[in-house]
Amino acid sequence: MKYGPLLFLGILFTLASSWVGLVLAPYKQLGNLLPNPATNAVGGVSYLPEARRGEAQQGAEHYRSLGCVYCHSQQVRPAGFGGDIDRGWGKRRSVSRDYVHERPVMLGTSRTGPDLTNIGERQSDYSWHYTHLYNPQITSKGSVMPPYPFLFEKRRVGLGGVSTNALKLVGEFSPGEGWEVVPTDAARQLVEYLRSLKSSYDLPEAPLPKTAGEAETATAVQ
Amino acid sequence: MSSTTKSVSALMPGELSDSGQRRAMLAEIDASCRAPVLFFVISGLAWLLVGTLLALVTSIKLHHSGFLSAWEFLTFGRVRPAHLNAVIYGFASQTGIAVTIWLMCRLCRVPLVSGGLIVLAAIFWNLGLTIGLVGILAGDSTAIEWLELPGYSTPILFFSYALVAVWSIITFRLRRESHLYVSQWYLLGAILWFPWLYATAQIMLILEPVRGTVQAAINWWFAHNVLGLWFTPIGLAAIYYFIPKVIGRPIHSYYLSVLGFWSLALFYNWNGLHHLIGGPMPAWMITVSVVASVMMLIPVITVAINHHFTMVGHFGKLRYSPTLRFVVVGAFCYTATSLQGVANSLRSYSEIVHFTHHTIAHAHLGVYGFFTMVMFGSLYYIIPRISGREWPSLGLISLHFWGCFLGLVLYVVPLSYGGILQGLAMNDATVPFMKVVEGTLPWLKLRTLAGLLMALGHVAFVGNLVWLLARVFGPYRKPVVAILSGTETPAVAGK
Repeated sequence: MKYGPLLFLGILFTLASSWVGLVLAPYKQLGNLLPNPATNAVGGVSYLPEARRGEAQQGAEHYRSLGCVYCHSQQVRPAGFGGDIDRGWGKRRSVSRDYVHERPVMLGTSRTGPDLTNIGERQSDYSWHYTHLYNPQITSKGSVMPPYPFLFEKRRVGLGGVSTNALKLVGEFSPGEGWEVVPTDAARQLVEYLRSLKSSYDLPEAPLPKTAGEAETATAVQ
Repeated sequence: MSSTTKSVSALMPGELSDSGQRRAMLAEIDASCRAPVLFFVISGLAWLLVGTLLALVTSIKLHHSGFLSAWEFLTFGRVRPAHLNAVIYGFASQTGIAVTIWLMCRLCRVPLVSGGLIVLAAIFWNLGLTIGLVGILAGDSTAIEWLELPGYSTPILFFSYALVAVWSIITFRLRRESHLYVSQWYLLGAILWFPWLYATAQIMLILEPVRGTVQAAINWWFAHNVLGLWFTPIGLAAIYYFIPKVIGRPIHSYYLSVLGFWSLALFYNWNGLHHLIGGPMPAWMITVSVVASVMMLIPVITVAINHHFTMVGHFGKLRYSPTLRFVVVGAFCYTATSLQGVANSLRSYSEIVHFTHHTIAHAHLGVYGFFTMVMFGSLYYIIPRISGREWPSLGLISLHFWGCFLGLVLYVVPLSYGGILQGLAMNDATVPFMKVVEGTLPWLKLRTLAGLLMALGHVAFVGNLVWLLARVFGPYRKPVVAILSGTETPAVAGK
């Protein structure tokens, strides 16, 4: 080959093709996706998924910063594809609309730990989350998740007695007589974020599965 | 130009009929490359050591979760992206740029112009990367895979890259060789593709993030292409250069090299979204990428035939040339990782291995087995020529090769297999999740052992280089090893 310009144009056009196909086209199709309006319990309109607010949103920053995404996915694959739904990680598959508020979108590529799409639904107990973050061996023996002691403060028990938010640690994990372990702001925000993770709402493109009775009717109609 | 010389220059990198004139020219080019190329090489290898250390810490943490867990900046989720960015942008990219610069000068037959520009680029690259890595450890990671460097560091990297690209285009325009050897097509591709990929990803994901899962599409379009359109072409360019150069035999087929290049250019850049199989994306996007991934069989098989058939009958030379040994292992790993990649992109197979350590093994077979091994081989050839000194120790070369090679095998084979077991167990909802985790532990421990072997190889290599450089700046001594890096003698019998 002798023609520099031909090579140059070929190189540009080949990449341009996938730039149009895999960057521009997805942007056109999904870049303006909006939450879905739905009637809520009190008869008003809510938009689903809801935007995350306050401490939960601050917690998303810790989730990003601590690199939780390297071991935990946030995507439920469709029924019949992998064991996601059978494992109870979600009632329905995840769809693009579930992520319209996420910045960044942390779908994840590894499941060294379980999927967290619906962790707020599956585990809403504050004290479980705190204890688990402080040391996963307490709640989940054998886990390879690292402990996060730096999200907690170990301090002397004050004059008023043990703080109400102190972790209930016993045996080998106990901080010792006269000491207590309390969550820092970061731990609180992170747990609020985890508790906010749930996709248990209906979307037109991804309805929640109906109960057995309803499902039979639907099949009969089809 | 007679048809004979034409076909020779199409098949052999940088041939000239008059060998005296040729040697003088090569010596001039090599001397001109000395400072700029060495600067990139030395910084690249410094990052290799940093990246290796981070890798070991990451690997140990996966089976001893309490290891170094008291410090926030050393938590798994920070050390892992720090490792990736140190080896990808610190080691692999800088070594790749060093090899690209030297190959461009050799193939264009022009001494390196504006070496100051290259040194400036290297300084900025290292500055940007250092700021970025400290940022990741401090908690500013973007958590977008392959793009974790925080937004305040990447413009520095981009500026540095722009200098390299401008320099490459200038050198390309100044070329004194009218025929473009196959390595040059790949190098020019890499140089032009990378800034486009990087700019798109930086703007649409970090500066002005697009909404929702469009981010995921762009993320994987970028991340797969940084492998396919940045590292792969540089690696293939080096293989196409060094195999014929060292064994003194033309490449197997010119036409296959044309087919291999254009089919790679056409199909590879559509691959990325197979990383989202099963994910919350419209089916067409994933299907397009699966199809393109299967089409990759064309360039992969073409290039495999071209590389491996060139080697047939010359495997004995592997014993004498470290360049050839590393490059040929790299070429085989390219074939292997590409075929594995095609399999991984199929929905039925991805369903099992997608979220497992299998993917990590696959990534290392590509970036380490293929790219890194080829770069090591290239450096064994380039450094004696630009420094004027031979490698001081044969023993350290052997230690480097066997450490890396055995480490690679011990890394990839068990972890690929363990990943499949992990995926099968994970897809079976009757197996408790903790059992799945326990099942991965033996493979993860073997991986740490593999990492130690690789680290040993890296230390041996860097030690040998430091020794060599000490001789560059010390008094000249007769080289201990003379024929190590193959022959410059043209031997194009029958052409």
